[in-house]
Amino acid sequence: MPINLYIFVALALFCIGVIGVLTRRNAIIIFMCIELMLNAVNLLLVAFSKMHLAEMGSAAPALANNGTDAQLFVFFIMVVAAAEVTVGLAIIVMMYRNTHSVDVNFLNRLKN
Amino acid sequence: MNITQILFWFLTVLAIGSSLMVITSRNPVYSVLSLIVTFFALSGHYILLNAQFLAIVNLIVYAGAIMVLFLFVIMLMNLNAETEPQKNKWLRFAGIIAGGCFLLVMVAALRDADSRAATAMTTYGETGLIQHLGKVLFNEYVVPFEISSVLFLSAMVGAVVLGKKE
Repeated sequence: MPINLYIFVALALFCIGVIGVLTRRNAIIIFMCIELMLNAVNLLLVAFSKMHLAEMGSAAPALANNGTDAQLFVFFIMVVAAAEVTVGLAIIVMMYRNTHSVDVNFLNRLKN
Repeated sequence: MNITQILFWFLTVLAIGSSLMVITSRNPVYSVLSLIVTFFALSGHYILLNAQFLAIVNLIVYAGAIMVLFLFVIMLMNLNAETEPQKNKWLRFAGIIAGGCFLLVMVAALRDADSRAATAMTTYGETGLIQHLGKVLFNEYVVPFEISSVLFLSAMVGAVVLGKKE
C-alpha cells in the first residue's frame, strides 16, 4: 500500500483524538482520546518501518532486520502508555472521591 | 482491487468510524466499547503490515488490560448519560474547528510530499516477527527495557499510594 494512505489514516485518527480532547468534559473520555492519539502514532511508526524495509530491501536483501527499531519504539510506547494509564486512572478515581464528578471544569481552581 | 486493498479499506473505515463513535457517544461505556473496536482494527492493520508481535501485544495490553481498567473505573463511578457534563455549544464548535484546521493543514502539507512513490510493504518481510524483535530488544535495547521495568514498579507503587484512603 502507498505510504501516503497510512499517513492520512493516522492523521485522521490523531485529529479525532484532538477533537475529542477539545470538545468533551468527561475526564475519562479525554483520557481515552489521548490513548487514541498514541495509537495513531503507533500505526504511523509501524507503516514507516515497513516503508524503510521496502527501500532497503532491494539494495541489501540480506538485511532482514531493517525497520526493527521503529517497531521497538512502538513496543516502548505501549509500555509507557500502560504505566501512564494506571497512574492516570488512580488520579481520576481520587478526583471522583473528592468532588463526586469527573468534570474537568471542577479542576480549574487548584484550591478547595 | 486485490484482497490486501479490500482489507486495508475495511480496517480503515472500521477504525475511523469507531473512533468517531468514541467521541460522539454520550454514554462512557459505549465509548470504551468503541475504543476496543478501534484497537482491534489497528491490530488488523498491524497484521496486514506483518507486524505480528505488535498486533498481539496491542490486543493483550490495550484491548485486554487497559480497556478493562477503564471499564472497571467507569462502572465503579456509576457514570451514565444523564450525569455526563456538557460543554457549552460554542466551545464545542471551536474545538471541532480547531481539530479540523489541524487535519486540513497537515493533509495539505503532506499531500505533495515526495513520499508519494514510497510504499509500505504489506504482508511481506520478517521484521515484525518476535524472533528478530527479541534479538534486537535484548541486545541493543536492553537498558531501556530494564528501565521500563523500574517505571512499571514506580507506576504500581504510585497507583496504590494514590488509590489508598487517607
